Amino acid sequence: MAELLFQREVYGKTLVELGKTHSNIVVLDADLSGSTKTRLFCKAYPDRFFNFGVAEQNMMSTAAGLASCGKVVFASTFAMFATGRAWDQVRNSVCYNNFNVKIVASHAGITVGEDGASHQAIEDISLMRSIPNLKIIVPCDGPETREAVIAAFQTPGPFYIRLGRSKIETIEGKSAFKLGKAYAVREGKDVSIFACGIMLHAAIKAHEILKKEGIYARVINVPTIRPLDKDTIISCAKQTKGVVVCEEHSVIGGLASAIDEVICENAPVKTVRVGVKNRFGQSGSPADLLKEYNLTDLDIVAAVKRVLSK
Amino acid sequence: MSQEVDIKKLEEQARKIRILIIEMLSRAGSGHPGGSLSSVEIVTALFFHTLRHKPKEPNWPDRDRFHLSKGHSCPVVYAALAERGYFDKKELSNLRQLGALLQGHPDRRTPGIEVASGSLGQGLSVALGMSLAGKMDKKDYRVYCLMGDGEIQEGNIWEAAMAVSHYKCDNLCAILDYNGFQIDGRICDVMSLEPLRDKWEAFGWNVIEVDGHKIAEVIKAFDKAKTVKGKPTIIIAKTIKGKGVSFMENVADFHGRTPNEPETKQALEDLGK
Repeated sequence: MAELLFQREVYGKTLVELGKTHSNIVVLDADLSGSTKTRLFCKAYPDRFFNFGVAEQNMMSTAAGLASCGKVVFASTFAMFATGRAWDQVRNSVCYNNFNVKIVASHAGITVGEDGASHQAIEDISLMRSIPNLKIIVPCDGPETREAVIAAFQTPGPFYIRLGRSKIETIEGKSAFKLGKAYAVREGKDVSIFACGIMLHAAIKAHEILKKEGIYARVINVPTIRPLDKDTIISCAKQTKGVVVCEEHSVIGGLASAIDEVICENAPVKTVRVGVKNRFGQSGSPADLLKEYNLTDLDIVAAVKRVLSK
Repeated sequence: MSQEVDIKKLEEQARKIRILIIEMLSRAGSGHPGGSLSSVEIVTALFFHTLRHKPKEPNWPDRDRFHLSKGHSCPVVYAALAERGYFDKKELSNLRQLGALLQGHPDRRTPGIEVASGSLGQGLSVALGMSLAGKMDKKDYRVYCLMGDGEIQEGNIWEAAMAVSHYKCDNLCAILDYNGFQIDGRICDVMSLEPLRDKWEAFGWNVIEVDGHKIAEVIKAFDKAKTVKGKPTIIIAKTIKGKGVSFMENVADFHGRTPNEPETKQALEDLGK
């Protein structure tokens, strides 16, 4: 059994690791430091950690002010509040100024689970993707989270990194994370399955199921949603008969929309989206919710068959 | 300190800035004269007396920070920056033109602009970030944040007011340009703010009230704020919207309307040009 890690735990530890050698890192939170795990940084470097209470808008614009004075700022809260509640501050204070603010949000998607719809951000990528200057990463597991956080630290400008709530299996043997690069984790000639975050795991399972039926699906990890790896997407679209895009997000405005935009303009093939279909979430266990919202390996198998059907 | 200040000279500077505001807005054909004119003495006091800055070295690390939270009043700041030599005065005539150094609302492309603004209510938070950075870096620069009265109807301001006080940011001085008008009319009719002093005091701030058109009073308030330790200061500056131009004073319409040709002529006459 592969290693199981909380992405947010990895995030907190990576912050501590970076903080050791980089005194210009400042970390902010809005009353969720125990959940986002920025508390680990707070314990290690209390002078460089600020809690703003339940006030995400203030946190984002304060991050901008800190960045204007040369700080590299990590600002964390749940995805719902980072992207929804504070959207204007993210746009106007952070991104318009192209500041070094790294927004790392946890508890994204419906697998937040029992807390229900108000806390399940399924529009966050869509909201962030339309803002110029902002780079977006959706890591698929613990190790990729660490690599993404380090890449965001090393790359000037604003970032949005989307993390989940639950523990997640480490995908062994995949390539190292490179900002702006998508890459295949399973080869196949029939269909291209693009996925990010936890849906990469379901896509790999779908690949195994399809293989037994003689269908060979290429599975491509797309951790960077902006800047999107257009070259890889176009070549996969050309080399296979169709495309399936999987994400734990609304089918509107997220990875699927981003990939469909590239495909429509450059290499039109049939595409099917596996994502949340214009609905709010609800309470339930993560596993039950994934089934209810058609985000399982079997849903991806069905999507692949739809792509291949005439 | 104030005794050494040549108030007459600063008043003359303020008059020049008013003329530049009218000229640049008249040329641009759009923009916000009312709140620019009400802030003239505050901005003049800062840029020509109180601020520690080097106009030829806008990124000097030890500079005092000034942030215009009410971004629409940028003409007053542009005039002051130009007069201080941050950029060529000719730029004032390109205000709001495509590709111009001077955007309709502040943008970092302009030397002297620290952080963009325009979407109201975010500036006090930005100033808080600057203040915390200064404290962390053990620098003695001060942070000045100019807010509008209509602007503080934004919830974000009060989130920031809480946090600035919580973190005891005594290196931060906010200034409220209290001209009493917003786009839709009188503040007291649209959304009342009073009792304003009580509100800021309840949030843990040191409050100083001044006549925002008396430069000596404004400077004295800045000096006083420097001596207050352990809490931030807000200077509530009572002002007149459109100050200095007869037909603009206390007229909400001139919040966001520029003078036409005869109005411009009249305005410049009022200002002694």
